[in-house]
Order: sequence, then structure tokens, then C-alpha cells
Amino acid sequence: MSFLTLRNVTKRYGSFEAVGNVTLSVEKGEFVSLLGPSGCGKTTTLQMIAGFVDVTSGTIELDGRDITRTKPNSRGLGIVFQSYALFPHMTVADNVSFGLEMKRVPKAERAALVEEALALVHLDKYAGRYPRELSGGQRQRVALARAIVIRPPVLLLDEPLSNLDAKLREAMQFELRDIQRKVGTTTIMVTHDQAEAFSISDRVVVMEAGRITQIDQPYRIYEHPETEFISRFVGKTNMLPGTVSAVGNGRATVSLAGMAAGMPADVPADGLSMGETVVLCIRPEKLRLAPAGQGRLQGRVTDRFFLGSQWLYHLDGPLGPLMAVATNDGEAPLDPGAPVGVDWPAAVVRVHRGAMPAAPELESLE
Amino acid sequence: MSSLSTDTAAPAPAEGSAPGIGQRFAPALMAGPATVLFAVLVLTPLLLTFLLSFNEYEHATGRTHGFTLSHYAEVLTDGYYLEIFLRTFRVAALATAICAVIGVPEALILSRMRNPWRSVFLLVVLTPLLVSVVVRAFGWSMLLGPDGVVNMILQAVGIGRTRLLYSEGTVVVALVHVMLPFMVIPVWTSLQKLDPAVEQAALSFGASRTTTMLRVIAPQILPGILSGSLIVFGLSASAFAIPGLLGGRRLKMVATVVYDQYLGELNWPLGAAIAVILLVANLIVMLTYHHVVDGHYRKRMG
Ligand SMILES: Nc1ncnc2c1ncn2[C@@H]1O[C@H](COP(=O)(O)OP(=O)(O)O)[C@@H](O)[C@H]1O
Ligand SMILES: [Mg+2]
Repeated sequence: MSFLTLRNVTKRYGSFEAVGNVTLSVEKGEFVSLLGPSGCGKTTTLQMIAGFVDVTSGTIELDGRDITRTKPNSRGLGIVFQSYALFPHMTVADNVSFGLEMKRVPKAERAALVEEALALVHLDKYAGRYPRELSGGQRQRVALARAIVIRPPVLLLDEPLSNLDAKLREAMQFELRDIQRKVGTTTIMVTHDQAEAFSISDRVVVMEAGRITQIDQPYRIYEHPETEFISRFVGKTNMLPGTVSAVGNGRATVSLAGMAAGMPADVPADGLSMGETVVLCIRPEKLRLAPAGQGRLQGRVTDRFFLGSQWLYHLDGPLGPLMAVATNDGEAPLDPGAPVGVDWPAAVVRVHRGAMPAAPELESLE
Repeated sequence: MSSLSTDTAAPAPAEGSAPGIGQRFAPALMAGPATVLFAVLVLTPLLLTFLLSFNEYEHATGRTHGFTLSHYAEVLTDGYYLEIFLRTFRVAALATAICAVIGVPEALILSRMRNPWRSVFLLVVLTPLLVSVVVRAFGWSMLLGPDGVVNMILQAVGIGRTRLLYSEGTVVVALVHVMLPFMVIPVWTSLQKLDPAVEQAALSFGASRTTTMLRVIAPQILPGILSGSLIVFGLSASAFAIPGLLGGRRLKMVATVVYDQYLGELNWPLGAAIAVILLVANLIVMLTYHHVVDGHYRKRMG
């Protein structure tokens, strides 16, 4: 029995459908992220759960109760806003205390709970400060403490870390997850940052143009993206256009455009038919660099980027440009211009039906 | 990024001095025209009025150039003037309070309107400013006069003809009408600056609309209410046309008394002394108010 259920939830602004037919079940204590490019309807979905945006059609159920038309101030959810939305005229302690006061928690108990919540986010020393006297990361933690202190059934986070710098963001990701585990609150987080969604979520909901395209565990989404949009949106990918040239025994053979017939790709058939146009997606870290002359195809290094623990190579070959990632094992990297062989295990190839998407689309994605 | 580029540009010795001087004086130069205008048009007449208030005055000979404090002594000791000052500040305070009571909700409603209507109503709020105060005062006197619309209605419903003009109440009502935009605009501006998510946050914690209003929104728009109040109070306390036209001969306010001294009695020094006292009293009231309210606010918001 799921704790929070969205059934066919749709939001239309005039004729524009911001969110369409979103169906989602969240278990108690689960951490779920809504991931998608800017403008895909994540905030709108969250705001419908919070009650600030009216649902056009569909239902939202919390713990078996229909809350679709419930006013936001009777839902009792904890919300962390992107701008944090702290009360600027109240101290940190008063900010955190506000929700408890509204729940008419006795004063003495309130003070204890506020102290506990502030300790949880390591801000016990800052209780008397005003929000303007805090750094971005501290404000973010006040917003979090303020939301969890009321013990909400569901915690909603709208891009909670997007206003922080990269280093702090990474630290806060783990802290956020840690706190969520300790408190055990069912959490829904909106983000456009796949690393953020992957590192802290139990499940990730990928959204695209107002619709859910995949719901799965982070690892599954990365390794088995259901659309070629997802494989491009989550991490980098090499896309190779091809045509199904043979089907049999549950496997299909794909001839890659521009590649000698001697080296076709062998993939699971999955309902593919002869002559169908497909795109093969292979993640850069799945490509293996081999000495020139070996491997499935031959190419040349055009550029290399040092990423610290890894080298990112740009290659050129018969299939066009490719990206490959190699572990920095301490040996000298390949130089631009060097010939190189490229290989991959058959199992890492993902097949998506349809033609190659237009190239510029890649740039516009986050 | 920008600070980085200026930092690196600064040590260049050739550029260091010349633009430095230009930059140091640029603010002063830019403020120059306004300063000159202010000095010529505001400070000079003020100074002349101030000097004038110390001149001697004889009914027979008029103004002489001797020095005296007698005008100040007269104004500060005569119960007649005290009453006028008290009335002026009472009327101004009342007008300010009513403007706040009407103007703050008005600004709130305005800020919640969607766009075609918001612009329309903002314009409606501003229209009083587009019509001369004198015309508006005449409008009120026609409405409230013995044969005015209001009296006709009162007669029709059987209450009978009432003397509405030339009362403090009428002056307050007319002042509120004239001053309302000066309250609505600053409050509206401070409402515009609020993060809508802050209100949503309050609601999400289970606060009612009223609680949200009182505990979360009101404290944040306090500076707007404060500046609106200061403007309305200052303008009301020194208003001339409204009390002059609607207060009549008997119901005098400070500005009308000054006018009488200048043009009726021709006692310019006394008029000047009253004007200076009004200015000082006004300043004291406003600074005290500002100190109390803003101090309270600053403690929290900085
Ligand atoms: N009040 C509104 N009126 C009209 N369109 C809106 C409104 N709010 C959001 N939208 C549109 O709905 C889409 C989804 O918005 P949003 O949920 O904020 O996206 P995300 O949070 O994923 O970036 C956007 O195209 C946005 O322009
Ligand atoms: Mg958003």
C-alpha cells in the first residue's frame, strides 16, 4: 500500500499542459526525486502535492485520504522552497518554531523540539540569528529544520541545493540524505541535476515535457534508460545510428552506418524487426580503449580532458565522433592524434528505436 | 568575475591616478545639479523665512529690520496658536491613521490582482494625483455643501439638512482622499518585493490567512507603511488648500494661519515664525515616529 499516490494528475494552463497524466506511488519513508530539464513540470507537480497549484484532473492521495482539494494549510506537509522562503523578520529559532506554534504545541515542548531540529542540522549555535546573518548553506539548513520539525508525513524539496556552490552542494547532498534517514520522512525532491538525484534517491522519476518517462532506481535508470532522451539526459552517451540487418535466436544484428559489414553490433532482439532504423547508445565509460589495430573499430584521439580520477577522450572514427572515459591509472595518457582501437562488450549497448535526434538538442540539455 | 577584472586593472600605474580622481568625484558631480536646485529652490527661501521670523513688526510702520524673538514668544505662549497647532496635528494624525487603515488593504488587494485589472486599478488609485488639489477641494465642497448631493440624500431619507462643511471631519475626509496614493504606493512597492514563497511557507505550516497576514506579511511591509505614514502626515500637517477651502474661516489650521498673517494681517515676521515652528514641530513628530517604528523594525530586519 503506497503512502502518497498521484493518479493521472494533470495541470493545464489554458490549452498548455504543464503536467500530463502523472501517476506515481511513493512508499512510506522513501526518498524519491523528480528529475528533468527546466520547464518539464517538476515544480508544478510538487506544488500540486503541496496544494498551491490546483489540479486540473486526477487525484492525490495521502495515507489513504484524498487530499486533491484540501487547502495547503490543512495538508500539514513540510516544504523546503527553492528560495528557502525563511521569515526574514524572525530569528532562526522563531522560524523553526513557527510550524509548531501553528500546531499549538506547548511552549516548553516547542523549545525542546526546536533545539533538537537545529542540532540535527548543526545550527544549534545560530538560534538567535536572523536569516540575513546566515550563509546560503546555513539558510538552506534552517529551511530544512523548519520543515522537518513539524514531523510532516511528506517532505517536499524544490531544488533545495541549487543555490549552493558545487562543493557545498555535494556535502549537503549527503547530509540531506543522512537527515532524511534519521527522521525517516517520506521525501520528494525536485531537481534538474542528475548527479544530485542519483546520489541521494531511492527512486528517480524522470520527467520530460510534463510527462513521466521512467521511474526506477538510479542505477537502473543510468544503465537501462528507456528512451534515448533519458540516456542523453542522465550522463553522457555515444549514439550510433544503424539498421537491423538480421533477427534470430532472441538476438538482432545491427549494421552501423559507415562501418564495414564485418563488424556488426549484436543486441537483444526485443521485438525489433528487419530493416528497422535504430540508435545504439553506449556510455563513454563502457568503451574500452585498445592498442591500434585491435578492438571493434579503429579511431584517432582528437582531444583529451583531465578529470582527475579519469581521462575523457574525444575520438574520431568511421562512426563519427565518440567519447570515451578511461581510468587515470597513473600511466601516460594517449596524445591527441594517436591511433587507437575501440572495443565494447555486447552487453553494454542499449538499443532505442527511431532515427538519430537532431544534434543541437544535446546542447540545450542540462 | 567583475571584481577580479577591476583588481587586476588597479595596479597598472599609468591608469591608476587619472580615472581614480574622476571616479572619486563622479558621485559628487552627478549629484551636483540636484544639489544646486535644492539649494536655490528650497534652502534659500527657507533661510529667508527663518531670518524674516526674527524681524520686528509694527502695525503702523510694518516690518523693520531689528532683531526680536517676540514672534516666537507670542506663538508659543498664546493659547489661540496652541489650539491651531493641536488641531493641525490631530487632523494630520487622523488622516494618516485612516489612510493606513484604507491604504494598506487597498495595496494588498492591488498586489493580488492579475494583470489587466492590476494596471487599471493602479491607475484609478493614482488619478487623484492628476487632478489639482483645489479642484478636488471644490468637488468636496459641492458634494458636502448645504445644497450638495449628500445633504439632498440626508433630507430625502429624513435625517434632515446637516452642516457638513467647515468641520474637522470634512477636512480629514478630504485629506484622506488626497493623500491615499501616498500611502498605497509605498506599501504596494514593499509588497512587490516580498517573496511569494514566504507566504506559501506560512500556509504550509498550517497558518490561517489571517495569521499569515499578521505574523508574516505585515512585519515585512512595515517599512512601506512607515514611509507612507511619514509622507501623509507631513503633507497633511502642512496642507493649505484643503483646510483653506473646506475648513472655512473659523476652522483654521497652521498653513491657513500663516497665509492669513502674510496676506491678511501683513505681519510677515509672525507668519514666518509660525511657519518655522510648524516645520520644526513636524520634523520632531516625524523623527520620533520614525525612530520608534524603524528602530523596532531595524532590530529585527537590519
Ligand atoms: N502560472 C503559470 N501559468 C502558465 N504557465 C505556467 C505557470 N506555471 C508554470 N507554467 C509552465 O509550466 C511549465 C512547467 O513549469 P515548472 O513546473 O515550473 O517547470 P520545472 O520546475 O520543471 O522547471 C513551464 O513551461 C512553465 O512555463
Ligand atoms: Mg522548478
